[in-house]
Amino acid sequence: MTTKEKLEELQETLDMFADPSGRADLLIGFADKFATVPPEVATPPWPKSHQVPQCESEAYVWVTLHPDRTVSLHFAVENPSGISAKALAVILDKVYSGQPAEDVLALDTEIVERVFRQNISMGKGLGLKSMVLAVQALTRDALKRAQA
Amino acid sequence: MTIANKGYAHPDALVSTEWVAEHLQDPQVRLVESNEDPLVYPSGHIPGAVQIDWTSDLNDPLRRDYIAAADFAALVSRFGITPDTTVVLYGDRNNWWACYAFWVFQLFGHTNARILDGGRLKWEKDGRPLTREVPTYAASTYPVPSARDDAAHRAFRAQVLAHSEAGGQLVDVRSPDEYTGAKLHMPEYPQEGAMRGGHIPGAKSVPWARAINPEDGTFKDAEQLKAIYLGEKQLDPSKETIAYCRIGERSSHTWFTLKYLLGFDHIRNYDGSWTEWGNLVGVPVAKGPEEG
Repeated sequence: MTTKEKLEELQETLDMFADPSGRADLLIGFADKFATVPPEVATPPWPKSHQVPQCESEAYVWVTLHPDRTVSLHFAVENPSGISAKALAVILDKVYSGQPAEDVLALDTEIVERVFRQNISMGKGLGLKSMVLAVQALTRDALKRAQA
Repeated sequence: MTIANKGYAHPDALVSTEWVAEHLQDPQVRLVESNEDPLVYPSGHIPGAVQIDWTSDLNDPLRRDYIAAADFAALVSRFGITPDTTVVLYGDRNNWWACYAFWVFQLFGHTNARILDGGRLKWEKDGRPLTREVPTYAASTYPVPSARDDAAHRAFRAQVLAHSEAGGQLVDVRSPDEYTGAKLHMPEYPQEGAMRGGHIPGAKSVPWARAINPEDGTFKDAEQLKAIYLGEKQLDPSKETIAYCRIGERSSHTWFTLKYLLGFDHIRNYDGSWTEWGNLVGVPVAKGPEEG
């Protein structure tokens, strides 16, 4: 399935849970599926270089670039109340892991508003957008290293 | 260290996670969670806790003001709260919104209220249970308070201006960059900006989070708090004091700290805060790291 198709599928799911209460349940359901970065990728203490800036949930991101230029995304969320960060991590992993690195770079941070809608505060919204930007920055770094 | 041993002026304003765990079935106690993140309560809360949303439940939907006395009575009646109920507030972000809700409860004279020391963070770090079951309680009859007691707890712009001009104590609890005027808003809150950056003349800068132990969200003990507010910042607990931030939520936290933990008897929260002051025509603004 292409990234475009995966995003369309995500949008269909979001559309099915349009009211705030239903959307909240959907997002919490995503958060429930969150799995912390596996030890073969990283072990605590998590390095500061992988921490998402401005994210109060203390989220960390790892991007593994494979030889075919697809990526695997991994996350850690240290704040036990970081439900939104966990939900977004699961969504990003679901859509972008296994997809081309270039598709990650084309990701629009507006995905945060599309996903969370009313279920988000302003501060948290920017923290979550920072998560997207961190994923892109680490993807860019990985591509540069691969080209070096 | 227990709350009783932390040297607070009014230790009964706080309860510990242990105390809450022992009172989960106590019909005289009502747990109220108040968060910034609307996903947090439905994802799991302390068993028996109800939720109060700081925007939709406590604020007037049209005017920038708090709900009226009748609305407050209707709100708490929904949760079976009576004037005799001990209301324990807690929440995310180190009890920001819990302290804000606590402050609003004081506007309506519900003094039988406590803050859970450490809030959600401490409860979760203790490994205590959370549930997704939303409790229902038989509605109570909460008498409508005669009026909102703004005068005791709330400062308005004209009072703040007079207070500043008279050299009164002001505490600015925002981040250092907001205080100096380098930023017009918190880094994460660009829509809550202002026309001018800086601080109210005479205000001392004490970011609210200095009162907190970051590892578990509990309040620092009285000696540590005194070292900050009385020692380093030379604030006098006997003097009229006004705390402010951006919209009055972070300063509710400092208001609670100074009033209940350090015994500042004459402290009010300026809830108009910088979103009002920084947009007012003609009021003085000071810039830079100094108080002036």
